[in-house]
Amino acid sequence: MALDVQHAGSRVRHAVEVTGLRKRYGDIVALDDVGFTVGPGELFGFVGSNGAGKTTAMRIMLGVLAADAGDVRFGGEPIDLETRARIGYMPEERGLYPKMTVRDQLVYLARLHGLATNDAHAAAENWIRRLGIADRRDDEIQKLSLGNQQRVQLAAALVHDPALLVLDEPFSGLDPVAVDVMSEVLKEKAAQGVPVVFSSHQLALVEGLCDRVGIIRDGAMVAVGSIDELTADATTRLRVDVDAAPGWADHIDGVRVAGSDGGATLLELARDTDEQAVLRAAMAAGRVTEFSRHRPTLPELFRNVVVEGNAQ
Amino acid sequence: MTSAAAVRLVAQRELALRLRTKWFLIGTLVIIAVMAGYVLLQMSVFGGEDRSKIGFAGQATGLSERVAAAASELEIDVETTTVVDLTAARADLSDGSLDAVVSGTPAELRVLVAEELNPRLRAVLTGLSQQEVLTAKLAQAGVPNPARVMAEANATRVEVTAIEPSGAEDEQRLAIGAIMVFLLFMSINAYGTLVAQGVVEEKASRVVEILLATIRPWQLLLGKIIGIGLVGLIQLVAIAGAGIALALAADVLTLSGVAVGTLVWGVIWYLLGFFLYAALFAGAGALVSRQEDAQSVLTPVTMVLVVGFLAGFNVMIADPDGTAARVLSLIPLMSPVLMPGRIAAGDVAVWESALAIGLTLAAITLVTYIGGRIYQNAVLHTGSRMKLTAALRG
Repeated sequence: MALDVQHAGSRVRHAVEVTGLRKRYGDIVALDDVGFTVGPGELFGFVGSNGAGKTTAMRIMLGVLAADAGDVRFGGEPIDLETRARIGYMPEERGLYPKMTVRDQLVYLARLHGLATNDAHAAAENWIRRLGIADRRDDEIQKLSLGNQQRVQLAAALVHDPALLVLDEPFSGLDPVAVDVMSEVLKEKAAQGVPVVFSSHQLALVEGLCDRVGIIRDGAMVAVGSIDELTADATTRLRVDVDAAPGWADHIDGVRVAGSDGGATLLELARDTDEQAVLRAAMAAGRVTEFSRHRPTLPELFRNVVVEGNAQ
Repeated sequence: MTSAAAVRLVAQRELALRLRTKWFLIGTLVIIAVMAGYVLLQMSVFGGEDRSKIGFAGQATGLSERVAAAASELEIDVETTTVVDLTAARADLSDGSLDAVVSGTPAELRVLVAEELNPRLRAVLTGLSQQEVLTAKLAQAGVPNPARVMAEANATRVEVTAIEPSGAEDEQRLAIGAIMVFLLFMSINAYGTLVAQGVVEEKASRVVEILLATIRPWQLLLGKIIGIGLVGLIQLVAIAGAGIALALAADVLTLSGVAVGTLVWGVIWYLLGFFLYAALFAGAGALVSRQEDAQSVLTPVTMVLVVGFLAGFNVMIADPDGTAARVLSLIPLMSPVLMPGRIAAGDVAVWESALAIGLTLAAITLVTYIGGRIYQNAVLHTGSRMKLTAALRG
């Protein structure tokens, strides 16, 4: 890819650090001590239910909203207006000037972010081609389909070659082709050393794309880490298919029967329980045809921490 | 990016986008066309009656230049031609292409007209004829140089000193002032409303969040006000300039100095007035998130402007230097519309002008602070209309 050749060599690789963010609206606590770090070249998925505080946190990162406490640093420095010009931002509420043409819009935004006129035109053309909206470049935004408006919105976040990407629900409203384009672009920016933070409800997508994930519930981070780390922390689950009467596992120490699936029994192991002991018990009970460790997927994990957490 | 660069970029976008709309061009041309129509009307109403085309025949032809000179002294516009064929001249009189045909000897002039002779023209011709007779009698009486005597007699003029400028001049100045007041009211109202609509558009389309992730609210607001203000200024100068040029060309307007002076003052007061009202309009616009809600918050601002204009306009037409006009023209929210009108139509002391400018500048500082504060606090608020008190508190 010939993209960003002029910047690729000189890009400074910085991490973005969010620490201790707090925000209240009257009696409602929107954010309660939210913190996470996204390293250079890292794709960070921000997940949580509606109203959990994702958008609030992202708006604070951009300086569009002021936090009551806590700070956001990029490359160790607090984010000021100059740094903000180097962030690519896609707000949850999409917005562009309805009566401006695609090209004028992108050139204007690029220039507002500090690009010289010629560079702004080149960058706008580049992203217009890349995102497949070349034949609409002289149309007003309001005449575009919603999907194409989304593409322009992404181009608007990328046109100034940002050093940090903060995207609120970038995949919502995209058709499958556009989802692929978006994923490609995010991976590509990460490969250039840009920290990428994005929120999404599409957990399968986040799981496939992200290096690390943050789960937020009621304004507080309940889990932050790589998917491996998060799933390793979770309860180990075993799937055992054994020729034995139900109830064979009822009395093993540290084991809880979570259910059955076809002929197989699903077991949940308490921390530090030796799965070899479980295997021996199974073999003692009958002929074992399947014995597998089951790692929870992100959706399962999410359900555990968020849904069950809410139920408590 | 520096603040100046950010403000300039925002202003450039507003300027380029709005100058390119067809409504700007059409609106400006329509207003100029309406004014041209008005000027033409003035010409046919006032210009037509004093313009006469006189044909001279035979010996009378020698008088044509003196008739024209004498007529112009009485402010009658005369065009002279030589008539050879009296029958054709009669036809010209009937169809109105000639107003009078003068024939006969200088001492015994005969005038042929369609219906009646303009009384002032009759006086001119009678006077000239009497002079001819007098010159002949003087010569008969043995006066050595009758022509010189007549010339001396004719050169005698009464000396006139006017206590006040002539009524015709007053009328023109009042017309210039009234037109300026009207143009300023229109411009400030129209372009102030555009500022509010622009603010609402950015809120309604949510683009403001992307913009404010890069530039500060005051930079966005100032750029918008400067850009839209310049569009309004360009239109005002185009309309007023075209109007003055048309009126001067058609001789409806003779006070070119007053007209140009009024335009200069008009530009100064447009800038002051626009900045004063733009901050109010922007603050009002920031309170709502949808174009449909805009009217309700703009009405109070527009009302202030309309009431000021109507009251001021009537007071000024009645007497541009009366107490009411003088007092009203010093009130900041009214000065921008009234003061330039009074400067054109009346007699404004330097201290009055200076005081009005000073008060308006102070008001701009205050209003910009309040309007800017409302804007900053309300511009990212979405959903229902925001309460003014909440927006002020922040």
